[in-house]
Amino acid sequence: MTIALSQFDEVRLDHVSRDFGTLNALRDVSLTIKRGEFVALLGPSGCGKSTTLNCIAGLLPVTGGSIWLDKSRVDTLKPEERGFGMVFQNYALFPHLNVRQNIGFGLKMRGTARVEMERKIDEALALVRLQGQEHKLPGQLSGGQQQRVAIARAIVIEPPLVLMDEPLSNLDAKLRLEMRAEIRRIHNELGATTIYVTHDQDEALSLADRIVVLRDGMIRQVGSPKELYEAPAHLDVADFMGFRNKLKGKVISNHGGHAVIDVEGAQFRGLAREDLPVGTSAFVAIRPDDLMLTEPGGNALKATVETIEYRGREFVGTARSSQGADFVFRSHHSVEPGGSIHLTVADERVLIFADQA
Amino acid sequence: MHSTFHASQHGPTLRQRLAANGFDAVTMLVLPAALFLVLLFIYPFAFGLVLSFEPKNTDASWLANYSRFFADPFLYETIAKTLWLSVPTTLINLFLAVPIAFRVRLMRNQRILTAILVLPITLGTVLVAEGLLNYLGPQGWLNRTLMTIGLIDQPVRLLHNYWGVFISLLLTGFPFTFLLTLSYVTGIDPALEQAAATLGAGAWQRFRHVYLPLLMPGFAITFCLSFVQAFSVFPSAVLLGAPAGPTRVISIAAYQAAFEEYDYSMASAIAMIMGFVQLAIVVAVLASRGLFYRGPASGAKG
Repeated sequence: MTIALSQFDEVRLDHVSRDFGTLNALRDVSLTIKRGEFVALLGPSGCGKSTTLNCIAGLLPVTGGSIWLDKSRVDTLKPEERGFGMVFQNYALFPHLNVRQNIGFGLKMRGTARVEMERKIDEALALVRLQGQEHKLPGQLSGGQQQRVAIARAIVIEPPLVLMDEPLSNLDAKLRLEMRAEIRRIHNELGATTIYVTHDQDEALSLADRIVVLRDGMIRQVGSPKELYEAPAHLDVADFMGFRNKLKGKVISNHGGHAVIDVEGAQFRGLAREDLPVGTSAFVAIRPDDLMLTEPGGNALKATVETIEYRGREFVGTARSSQGADFVFRSHHSVEPGGSIHLTVADERVLIFADQA
Repeated sequence: MHSTFHASQHGPTLRQRLAANGFDAVTMLVLPAALFLVLLFIYPFAFGLVLSFEPKNTDASWLANYSRFFADPFLYETIAKTLWLSVPTTLINLFLAVPIAFRVRLMRNQRILTAILVLPITLGTVLVAEGLLNYLGPQGWLNRTLMTIGLIDQPVRLLHNYWGVFISLLLTGFPFTFLLTLSYVTGIDPALEQAAATLGAGAWQRFRHVYLPLLMPGFAITFCLSFVQAFSVFPSAVLLGAPAGPTRVISIAAYQAAFEEYDYSMASAIAMIMGFVQLAIVVAVLASRGLFYRGPASGAKG
């Protein structure tokens, strides 16, 4: 493979902000991305992740701070002067150009010589495995094929940075998994520095070297997928990482990060992730996978099953405790709705967060 | 044998077969419109066509009106004169409308601008012509201003000649051309332009390689509709132009045949020729669309 990406050491966002009138879409975002890294910007809609990407691409001017590619400032450049490859959510393929012409568009704009251009297009076609489709118009391609064209078009210009804006969100579930593996494979082959925007934590966890969780235009946590999954720093990050059970209670004791929380009479022991003075309000966060069905007695929580869903290898149910707290749990065998169950959780699986409100 | 008979008895009824081809009770709703079209368009057209082959002078051949038209320069030159007015004004309007539409598509208060532009359409050509008579006249604001600031010594003659009609056609045709153009321009997915920009295309390249090819079919339609309007120019050619000279357009010739010579047959023949010229140009322009891409102007899967 001779698609050689421009060399540089790092992309740096330095206190970047972006206002829309009185709304701060981005507030003071600072982030450094090293060459070859695959960084996912993760967050719910409206968190500022797409705004960040558009600011880097130059499609939106920043209203504060600066963006740097090594020692050169890029936020003052027009998008066509930055040379970053971008994959759009709706692909944005040129409907009047065939696959070859779409992929070659960036090369043509750069005035690449004909022979050189044909060779690079052929390589890009091979990389995304679209040989044989090259003379079709985008309208004649399936969603997954359009996605491949969009990726090929962005990387054939050999950009220092590839920006992907929710590239898989328009695909059906099966194709999404397939293309996820494709994006990973292409990244492994090229080693392109990539910023990938998504609201899907599975995508972020499986693709990224590093995940940046955004909320309300601010960075909440930056870390490897493992760090974020096992040790989320805030309740909203935990929520994104699959801690679906969030129970509000009061801190009874806290010794060196091992806290005990009272949730309407039931006591939970767990790891305090934030500063938790005794007597303050706090949230207990537990993954459905960690809530296990058990025999009555001990510290087991008594609850009534409300719904139960079949998920193939397991069942996912919701239950309500006698104190009125709602739980999501998993089980290997079915339980009857309305029936009584006892749930337990290992102390090291319980995370405790301060009540932000 | 029994079973086949049985099957045909219970085969689809006429009603079901018609419905399968898209004809049902709802189809009847098209009748009023069809009737309207027949009464107000097809019948008068057919009547005119037949009338044009029945010259006033009953001894003459059935093609007498047409041979008279193409033998008399005073008549056949009206075609060139009308084209000489309508084609340049339509093209200029289109060329002006495109950059303005590109600017307006980014504006927040598009509706206010649209309302201002629709106004001249509602005023009608006669009112615009009256206004221009005052504004462009030898003692009008334009000439007086130009003379005051010393740009000219003598009033510029902009009325009762080619330019009076030319300016009037630009003014009355522009809103229509602009609104059509704007709707085509805003119909193109802005992500396409963004994608082109990230791929290194500057503003001109984005227009040249992305917008223009996608807009050509729309421009062709806009040209045709605007051209047909300009080609049938009548009030401003009489009020602002020189209806005996350079702006003796084809509709004036038809009017004179009908209401000054009372030769309805000749007037019909002129109207048919007028229609044929319009049709020829429209067909030529629309056929050229085949050279361009004509699918949806969006980068996404439909």
